[in-house]
Amino acid sequence: MYLNQFLLLSAFLFCAGFYGVLTRKHSVLVLMSIELMLAAVNLNFVAFGAFRADVVGQVFALFVLTIAAAEVGVGLAIVLLIYRNLKSSNPDDLDTLKG
Amino acid sequence: MLGAQLLVAENAFFYVIAAVMAYGAIRVVTTNNIVHAALYLVVVLAGGAAQYLLLGQEFVAWVQVIVYIGAVIVLFLFGIMLTRAPMKAEEKLTNDLRGAALIPTGLLAAILATLCLDAFSDKTVDLVSPIRTKAVTSAIFRGYLVPFEVVGVLLLGALIGAVVLARRD
Amino acid sequence: MRSLAVDIWGGWATTLGIKTLIVMGLIPVGALVLGYTFLLKMMSHMQSRLGPMDPGGFHGWYQLIGDGIKFIQKEDIIPEGADKRVFKMAPAIVVLSTFLMFVVLPGGPDFVVAKDLDVGVFYALAVSSLSVIGVLMAGWASSNKYALLGSLRAAAQLIAYELPLVLAVIGVVIQAGTMNLQDIVRFQASGEIFGWDGLGLPLILTQIVGFGLFMIAAQAELSQPPFDMPVAESELVAGYMVEYTGFRFLFFFIGEFGTAFVYAGLAATLFLGGWSVPFIDVDADIMNVVGPLVLFAKIMLVAFLMFWARFTYPRFREDQLQSLAWKWLIPIALANILVTGALKVAF
Repeated sequence: MYLNQFLLLSAFLFCAGFYGVLTRKHSVLVLMSIELMLAAVNLNFVAFGAFRADVVGQVFALFVLTIAAAEVGVGLAIVLLIYRNLKSSNPDDLDTLKG
Repeated sequence: MLGAQLLVAENAFFYVIAAVMAYGAIRVVTTNNIVHAALYLVVVLAGGAAQYLLLGQEFVAWVQVIVYIGAVIVLFLFGIMLTRAPMKAEEKLTNDLRGAALIPTGLLAAILATLCLDAFSDKTVDLVSPIRTKAVTSAIFRGYLVPFEVVGVLLLGALIGAVVLARRD
Repeated sequence: MRSLAVDIWGGWATTLGIKTLIVMGLIPVGALVLGYTFLLKMMSHMQSRLGPMDPGGFHGWYQLIGDGIKFIQKEDIIPEGADKRVFKMAPAIVVLSTFLMFVVLPGGPDFVVAKDLDVGVFYALAVSSLSVIGVLMAGWASSNKYALLGSLRAAAQLIAYELPLVLAVIGVVIQAGTMNLQDIVRFQASGEIFGWDGLGLPLILTQIVGFGLFMIAAQAELSQPPFDMPVAESELVAGYMVEYTGFRFLFFFIGEFGTAFVYAGLAATLFLGGWSVPFIDVDADIMNVVGPLVLFAKIMLVAFLMFWARFTYPRFREDQLQSLAWKWLIPIALANILVTGALKVAF
């Protein structure tokens, strides 16, 4: 297998996540798009780990997974808080500081 | 020359899973039903786990299953259902930037693809030996002990932070 | 030792089909054995229920077949407002998670589907968490508030008890020094109690705390009483299963009892020595015949404990359930890991 198969797939996933972050109107969906990008990064780590026949890729993928889990926990708590205060999950509605 | 190294089964497996993952990823960012988006994300992540298995990296594959599919997606679904869980697809879950956002996305894709093709187009992954779980754990608990502990503290911080944020006081 | 990935893609595919069929056959058989023995017969005796003892001759043997026929001939109803695709997929995902768990359960030296999977226990617990997705899908897609509430309760419960379940197993893993189920069985068969190796060393002797935690957490993962709030019939009708009829309901039923069978199998393998039996060499060929029977006997023993609790205790309240997991089981499990680790280093 070519290494590029995995890298290009990962690049595609990353771009899809990027597009989602730019266009989504629901905070949970934005978080999901970020997860997509993190998953893409993980695939890269693991692919390079396999390419180099080394454990480091996998170890870093595990760290990324942990951070992703923590990020979702805090992120969803924030989304819940915003929903409770504004009755909206659209990140565009968070404009109370706007002049 | 490289053709001999390419195993048909592995490549077929890769392309089938990759196609499913790509379709799932597109649906995650375009579908108008928020619960469907979460379920398509499950497809993408499960496909990712399958790719890790294909690369001979078992442990991270099962960690992906237990952490992402077993916990993160469940949290997402939880978050959706605690705020609102509409049965019908909603009018618009994407903003007016849909067209404009394609430009930077396309640019990013072009850059990444060019870089990958330029730098790694002749590199192959040889699946002679899968990475043993024992080696991974040794690496974590010897070479990466300090980062591991720091991540533990970070998780604790995230745990407390999430509780403090979501408490209704 | 090879990994699962290499196993599948290294010329393994020919036998894959046969093995898949065997495992797919084993799930309903395991589910039906448990359902018949415990749900129909033991519960009837314990709770003086006369109905299931009546049809057919001896002890109402016909009851299970009658139930099966009833389920299959029922109309397959999908609610008007339901999300049809998700509604149909949900039971299949629950059964899929059971199926994937069955794959690693060893029944003998060669009697196992995924041989020498490095991370056996971890894999089993990881795929068991897939069923949460199925439950949430079922509850949401039913377009029914009872179903949604039931699935939310189920998800909160399954996540909360996933932790003590995993942590309870870690004690065994530390002691055996491996996550491979086959090696854990061998470790127990070759162990000795204070120098006497007649019985081997069933890890229940040293990990009795872990065994207790595992059984409690498994009971909660199966949403069996006293942890059956997700399907509490007096509050939520039938929770996430409320809109399911006929064979789709049967899928949930098979998933539930099949998973009970696997959890009992995991407990038997981790704590009771699995397929090994005293006085027979673990690598003897005869173990491929005796092993599955021994494992089955141990599974029935563990399942008896599970169902005994199921038919005896009343239901918890939702907040009691959460505080039991977070305030008691998880700290005890962490302490158990600490003590096990310290003793492992000391000896």
